[in-house]
Amino acid sequence: MSEPKSALGGVTAAGFASIREIGPLGMISLRAKPDAAGLAKAIKAAVGTGLPDVRRIVAEGDRACGWMSPDEYLLVMPYAAVAGALEAIAKAMAGAHHLAVDVSDARAVFRVEGAKADQVLAKLSPVDFATLEPGELRRTRAAQVAAAFWREGDGFTVVCFRSVGRYVFDLLASGAKPGSELF
Amino acid sequence: MLTLTCPYCGVAAEETELSPGYEAHLKRFGPGSTDEEFEAYMFARKNPKGVHFERWRHAYGCGKWFLAARCTATLEVFGTYPAQVGEPPANIIEKIKARRPEWKGYK
Amino acid sequence: MSTRLAKGGRLIDRSAALEFSFNGKRMKGFAGDTLAAALLANDQMLVGRSFKYHRPRGIVAAGPEEPNALVNLGSGGRLEPNQRTTLTELFDGLEATSQNHWPSLEFDVGVLNNTAARFLPAGFYYKTFIHPRPFWKHVFEPIIRQSAGLGKAPKDRDADRYEQAYAFCDLLVVGGGIAGLQAALMAGRAGARVLLLEQTAHWGGRAPVDGDVIDGKPAGAWVEEAVAALEGMENVTLRARCMAAGVYDHGYVLADEKVADHTPGDGRPKHRLWRIRAGKILTATGAIERPLSFAGNDIPGVMLAASVRDYVVNWAVSPGDRTVVVTNNDDGYRTAIALREAGLAVPAIVDARSAPSGALIDKARALGLRIEAGRGIAKVKGGKRVTSVAICLQAGEGAVIEEIACDAVAMSGGWSPVVHLWSHCGGKLTWDAAQAHFRPDPARPPLNHDGGAMVYAAGAANGAMTAATALPDAVAQAEAALAAMGMKAKRGKAAAGAVAEAVVEGPMEPVWIMPQGASIDLKSKMWLDYQNDVKVSDVQLAAREGYESVEHTKRYTTLGMATDQGKLSNINGLAVLAGALNAEIPQVGTTTFRPPYVPVTLGALAGEARDEIFQPLRRTPMHEWHEKNGAYFEPVGLWRRPYCFPRAGETHEQAVHREVLNTRNALGLLDASTLGKIIVKGPDAGKFLDMLYTGVMSSLPIGKCRYGLMCNEQGFLSDDGVVARIDEETWLCHTTSGGADRIHGWMEDWLQCEWWDWQVYTANVTEQYAQVAVVGPNARKVLEKLGGMDVSKEALPFMTWADGRLGGFACRVYRISFSGELSYEIAVPASHGAAFWAALHEAGAEFGAMAYGTEALHIMRAEKGFIMTGDETDGTVIPQDLGLDWAISKKKADYLGKRGQARNFLASTERWKLVGFETLDGSVIPDGAYIVAAGVNANGQGNTQGRVTSTYYSPTLKKGIAMGLLHRGPERMGEVVEFNTVKGGTVKARVVDAVFFDKDGEKQNV
Repeated sequence: MSEPKSALGGVTAAGFASIREIGPLGMISLRAKPDAAGLAKAIKAAVGTGLPDVRRIVAEGDRACGWMSPDEYLLVMPYAAVAGALEAIAKAMAGAHHLAVDVSDARAVFRVEGAKADQVLAKLSPVDFATLEPGELRRTRAAQVAAAFWREGDGFTVVCFRSVGRYVFDLLASGAKPGSELF
Repeated sequence: MLTLTCPYCGVAAEETELSPGYEAHLKRFGPGSTDEEFEAYMFARKNPKGVHFERWRHAYGCGKWFLAARCTATLEVFGTYPAQVGEPPANIIEKIKARRPEWKGYK
Repeated sequence: MSTRLAKGGRLIDRSAALEFSFNGKRMKGFAGDTLAAALLANDQMLVGRSFKYHRPRGIVAAGPEEPNALVNLGSGGRLEPNQRTTLTELFDGLEATSQNHWPSLEFDVGVLNNTAARFLPAGFYYKTFIHPRPFWKHVFEPIIRQSAGLGKAPKDRDADRYEQAYAFCDLLVVGGGIAGLQAALMAGRAGARVLLLEQTAHWGGRAPVDGDVIDGKPAGAWVEEAVAALEGMENVTLRARCMAAGVYDHGYVLADEKVADHTPGDGRPKHRLWRIRAGKILTATGAIERPLSFAGNDIPGVMLAASVRDYVVNWAVSPGDRTVVVTNNDDGYRTAIALREAGLAVPAIVDARSAPSGALIDKARALGLRIEAGRGIAKVKGGKRVTSVAICLQAGEGAVIEEIACDAVAMSGGWSPVVHLWSHCGGKLTWDAAQAHFRPDPARPPLNHDGGAMVYAAGAANGAMTAATALPDAVAQAEAALAAMGMKAKRGKAAAGAVAEAVVEGPMEPVWIMPQGASIDLKSKMWLDYQNDVKVSDVQLAAREGYESVEHTKRYTTLGMATDQGKLSNINGLAVLAGALNAEIPQVGTTTFRPPYVPVTLGALAGEARDEIFQPLRRTPMHEWHEKNGAYFEPVGLWRRPYCFPRAGETHEQAVHREVLNTRNALGLLDASTLGKIIVKGPDAGKFLDMLYTGVMSSLPIGKCRYGLMCNEQGFLSDDGVVARIDEETWLCHTTSGGADRIHGWMEDWLQCEWWDWQVYTANVTEQYAQVAVVGPNARKVLEKLGGMDVSKEALPFMTWADGRLGGFACRVYRISFSGELSYEIAVPASHGAAFWAALHEAGAEFGAMAYGTEALHIMRAEKGFIMTGDETDGTVIPQDLGLDWAISKKKADYLGKRGQARNFLASTERWKLVGFETLDGSVIPDGAYIVAAGVNANGQGNTQGRVTSTYYSPTLKKGIAMGLLHRGPERMGEVVEFNTVKGGTVKARVVDAVFFDKDGEKQNV
């Protein structure tokens, strides 16, 4: 098997915020109702966190679990950890109605970093960053495509579909051009 | 451009984050139904000036369908609620009656 | 002449001289000038021509209401037509040219329209268009088109960039005059998130020009302190050069920030369109002065009185040496006083009121100014510049009492609040008879999502026309807006509202025509709309011809339809209409105020969406390879898929034929990654899929594949694809490339809204996998060479799938075929897609491996008679029309579309049904061709009995082949029908079976 290749091969751009593609990152879409038997155990086993509250993402080291919808969670982990995590979920939730699928390759993931990183995203998404809470995972629109992001470290982690990775990177790079700071 | 609050994830989403799904609370008629029933289900849509119940999907958010009660004339929103109901919840009905005493009900 | 005064000018920096050009002529100005101010300082009063009569037009105003002084700005990639000189900040090297004239501004042939004015009255276009009709097309239209149009569209690519940004606030305050500042202060101190917008580069609005005194200091000083206080508040954001263009539903406001208009080429975005969501909106947008309607009021040199004052006070520019002031209110006197104080001559103040009195009148008298009360202007004389005015009795018919030499006229017809933003979303107006204007009716505001008021108006925008009344009004309105949001304004000494010294003014007197008994000759020289050349006589004619609605009159006369949208002309026009109809002004009402308040450049509306990011292009993991190998792409939804891979010297058609033949004879590789892939899992998944598909999926054995059709509830075919059973509870549904998101949404809709108690989860995993179709007689050989799993006929028969490894790649292999060849569709994780694709090419080289594109795919599926969603279907076709009855379960009680298909016209035997066609001469039937039938329909059009749905030249069969829908088609095998052709005439074709190639499937079942 070849080395897994992220959508854009780790492309970067510098401006008043810096943009870089990260990944490939391991991601599992886990669909289950919050009260499904074994769910907490499955998430704990897969990423080591508890169940996130509505619209929150909780992290544990390089793994995390995000609330995507009332019956969907996004599990984030190293790329190589996915197969093991899927097995752990299957074991913990055997007999309970759920769906766990590897979506690591279906995504492009970016880091937007710098003190004004939120201003890059404010050009693309109808989101009030002043009220975006710590640990909030916001699913929204970035210009013309679906995206999700959350605050992490010195900026944001942005996730979109792989096929539009180039489009989203170009948007972020364009929005971060020097001289176009909003404030 | 409307803002509707998704009842599942609590986001006050603007219209560009939503996709419309037209009239809510339709009853499906399948095989064995009369032409009249099927026509009512398929084609006979309400188009009121005033209180209306609609389906919206939080398409760029949590992906869930929800229902909204709003006034098509003033765009006042009486409430949004999950789609897994057969008729509007009582608290929404009450709110509409308080705001629109002349309203004749959702049917 | 107009000129720069030796001293003064509160906005200019005399130490910073700037050079600019107008029509190629080099001119000088100062930093802080608007282009209009700089033009006047260079004695350039004549700046354009009107739209219809090409009359000379001069600068009238000093703000966004300016109807005349529009220019082309810049050149090449920075050329912008229709720029308002009054809003354009001067910068070094600015280039402006006048527009709407030919051959020159000074001499214009279009002015002939002017002498023909009596042949071009209101409604000319309508009347001419109707009769005589040939005249319009051959005579009038070509001439009008040649000379019409304001400005010219730029031809070059825009050299600048634009962007958009979202902003959120509790209170949006529009307007940075004293009312807006006061309201922002109140809200800021109350802790609200405040966004304050000002359309110009300067704060304070009119008050500093008008000499108001606030809290005991000059207004300018108070403004500076207020701005400093606001800048010190973390919860307040101030944006100058930012014009709120429109108010929309639920507190949505668009505002156009001119970031770098005045610093072109500095790398910043030229404009930024703010998409603001505000809890409440407070409009402190001030008021606009109205012109007076007297004969010759459009001659360059006739200006709004307050604008004359602006030029003198703000930019030290004198519009004329001798300025006659004509007014119906006290404010006009401020201009006379300002001119006199600047050392300029004011030969007379012509006041339409018979007995004006008040502090300003007293001050004018004290300065020795001559006041002509009860008088009006009979006529302004001059051509390209005012030379004199003739004075008459306002109450009379225009008999001249005296002629006064002058080179400028400052007119004031009263003030109209800027109610645009209040009105955009349905705010209603009330007529204020005392001030003769419409102002916001606080009882009928535009409504928000909660049914409460969305917009509050304050200050002059709310009819509080003086500083002394505007400030308390701003406090009251801000308090009301805050209270409605559950916030409380802070009072007390430190937070008290500011107080302005009251200036006692006498009442104004409405004057709609000057003199009131003016003859038709005079009235046909009284301009209402300067840009569109609409006169008092035109509106009166419209009324006589029966146009009683103000909306109809607007369209008939074009009043207020120019780029200024009637900012100066609307109230005057509807007052004239009311007079002509003998009705009250409020009964006539106003036309509808629509966004934008001032035109917004298209670049700002497009924002970042241009070039590469105009729209999202979806790329597969193999996209880079395709680009490197010369792919010619076609759009499939937002995907870009290779149509073919032309080689040097090949046409696209030749490339496609090569790809087909190579696939049929050796080995073809297709990037099928775009194919939709949706996982459906759960205890009720089988039941769910049986509802979704017309066939039965619940009975599909694990490891097997089955072709399925999906219909909408009307019964029409909506998508098709192969379904694979993965395990007891899991199915994988393939959709068409364009259909993945739509079908996934369709599934979720039914699961969430109809069968929410069914235990089913779906996941759209389309992009998780790169998928390659390995097709052709050598397909198995290349996979065997890669090695790792058994792909033999026995281990992996047709319509089965298996997981395994090929050449080290973890993959899932489907034995399905869309070409009739031996075919494997192989899915690998997208991160390995490019490597797997390369590995197939490398291993396949010895077997003749060659990539093929979508057109070869289409031809091969057509040779096999396979339908294509979107070709054979168009939303009106049911599966039964396509001979797909075999894929419809007869046993199932229900599936989506079953009831719809039972409707009598769909169940009828008279439908157009799918068959194949072969032309008798071997040619290719044109795309979209119809099958002609005898006779004509009720509209005299030829009857049809079918149409072609797919038509190609088959390189395999070396002739044209086609599929299409024909009336009772399958019953008519062997019959010859005629298709119409693009060039006229018809082409004959025989009705045949739609499967042209390998009818028994011998090639794929090996």
